[in-house]
Amino acid sequence: MSQHAPMSLQTNIVIFLALLGLLVLTVAFAYLPLGYLALPVAFTIATIKAILILMYFMHVKFSSRLILLFATGATVWVVIMLVWTGNDYFTRDLLDIAGK
Amino acid sequence: MSSALADPHAHHHADHGGDGTIVEHQFDDLPQQVESSMLGMWTFLATEVMFFAGLVVSYIIFRASYRDDFEAASHHLNVPLGAFNTIILLSSSLTMALAVRASQLGKVRNSVYFMIATMLFGCGFLCIKYIEYSTDYREGLFPGLHWDWELANKHSDHTPQPAPAGAEHGQAAAAGGDHAAATAAAAEGADWYPAVGTLNPAPSAKGMLPLLGGKPRGQSEHAKLFFIYYFFMTGLHGIHIIVGLGLIGTMAVLAWRGWLSGNGTTQIEVAGLYWHFVDIVWVYLYPALYLIDKSR
Repeated sequence: MSQHAPMSLQTNIVIFLALLGLLVLTVAFAYLPLGYLALPVAFTIATIKAILILMYFMHVKFSSRLILLFATGATVWVVIMLVWTGNDYFTRDLLDIAGK
Repeated sequence: MSSALADPHAHHHADHGGDGTIVEHQFDDLPQQVESSMLGMWTFLATEVMFFAGLVVSYIIFRASYRDDFEAASHHLNVPLGAFNTIILLSSSLTMALAVRASQLGKVRNSVYFMIATMLFGCGFLCIKYIEYSTDYREGLFPGLHWDWELANKHSDHTPQPAPAGAEHGQAAAAGGDHAAATAAAAEGADWYPAVGTLNPAPSAKGMLPLLGGKPRGQSEHAKLFFIYYFFMTGLHGIHIIVGLGLIGTMAVLAWRGWLSGNGTTQIEVAGLYWHFVDIVWVYLYPALYLIDKSR
C-alpha cells in the first residue's frame, strides 16, 4: 500500500504525451538560430520535463512536504554551484561572452 | 527500503497494515514506514543529482569556452537516434509508473508485465547506445589511442564549420596528415587557438588559458574534450540504466513470487523513483550533448 491513491491511467498518458511534445519542442528549438540563448532554452525545457516527471511519475505532487523537501533540496546546492561558478567565469573576463 | 518478508514467522514483532503489508516494529504505522522507504531513496537521489550536476556545470563552462569546437564535435552525434532513445526512456518511465499503479491496485501480474516492458525499453536504450558507441569508435571519435579527428571529419557527411583564420591554419596542417605537426603548428601559429575567437578575434591574454596551464590547443583537442564528456556522462548514465535493470528485474521476480508483503508496492515504487531519476538525467544530457547550435 502506498500513502496516496493511485494516479489515474489518463493522467499517466497525458503526462507521457506532454513529455513527448516537449521533446519535439527541444529538437525544434535546437534548429532555431538562438545563439547564446540556445543552452538556457534547452535546459529550461529539460527542467519543465524534469518537473513533470518529478511531480507525476515520481508522485511528489501527491506526497508529503517532507518528500518534496528531500526531492528538491539538492537543487538548492546545484543552483548555488551553478550561479557562483557561472558568476565567476562569466564576469571575470575568462570567457569571451558577447555583450560584455 | 524495507524488506518486509511475507512469512510472518520471520517477524515475531511485525505488525500488519490494513492490506496485509507487514509493518516493521520500528515504525509506528504503515504510512510512516512507506515514507521512510521513500525518503531513503530520495536522499540517495539527492547525492546523484549533485554529482551529475557537478559534471554538467563543468561541461557548461568548457562549452562556453570552446563553443565552436564543441559544436563541431557535437555535430558528429546522431540526433535522430538520440531523440529515439529519449522516446524509449520516456516510454519506459510511463510503463514503470503504470507498474507502480498496477501494484497499488493489487494487480500483481499486470505490475510484473509493466516492469518487464520497462526492462525491455531499458535494453532497447542500451542497444541503440551500443550502435552509437561503435559508430563513434569506428569514426575515430573515442578519446584515447584511436582518437582520429581527421578521420572523423572525413567520414562524416557533416561539412566542418567555416573556421576562423587561425583554425584554417590548423586544419590545413592536419590535412597534411601529420597530427603532431598539426598540433605543433596550431600551437605556435596562433597565440590562442580560435576556440572562442569568432566574437573576439584577438583574445590574446583572454580566455581560460591562464587557468588551464597556458598552452593553446587545437580543435582536435577541444573536440576530444567534448567526447570525453560525452562518453563519461552517457557511460555513467548507461551504468545507471544497467543498475536500474537489475533493480527492476529483482522487484519483478520478488513480486511475481509473492515474496514481498503488500504486493511489494513500496519496493516497486522505490525502484521506480530510481528509474525515473535516470530518465531525468537523460532529459538533460540529450539537449546538452546532441543539440548544440544545430542552426549554425
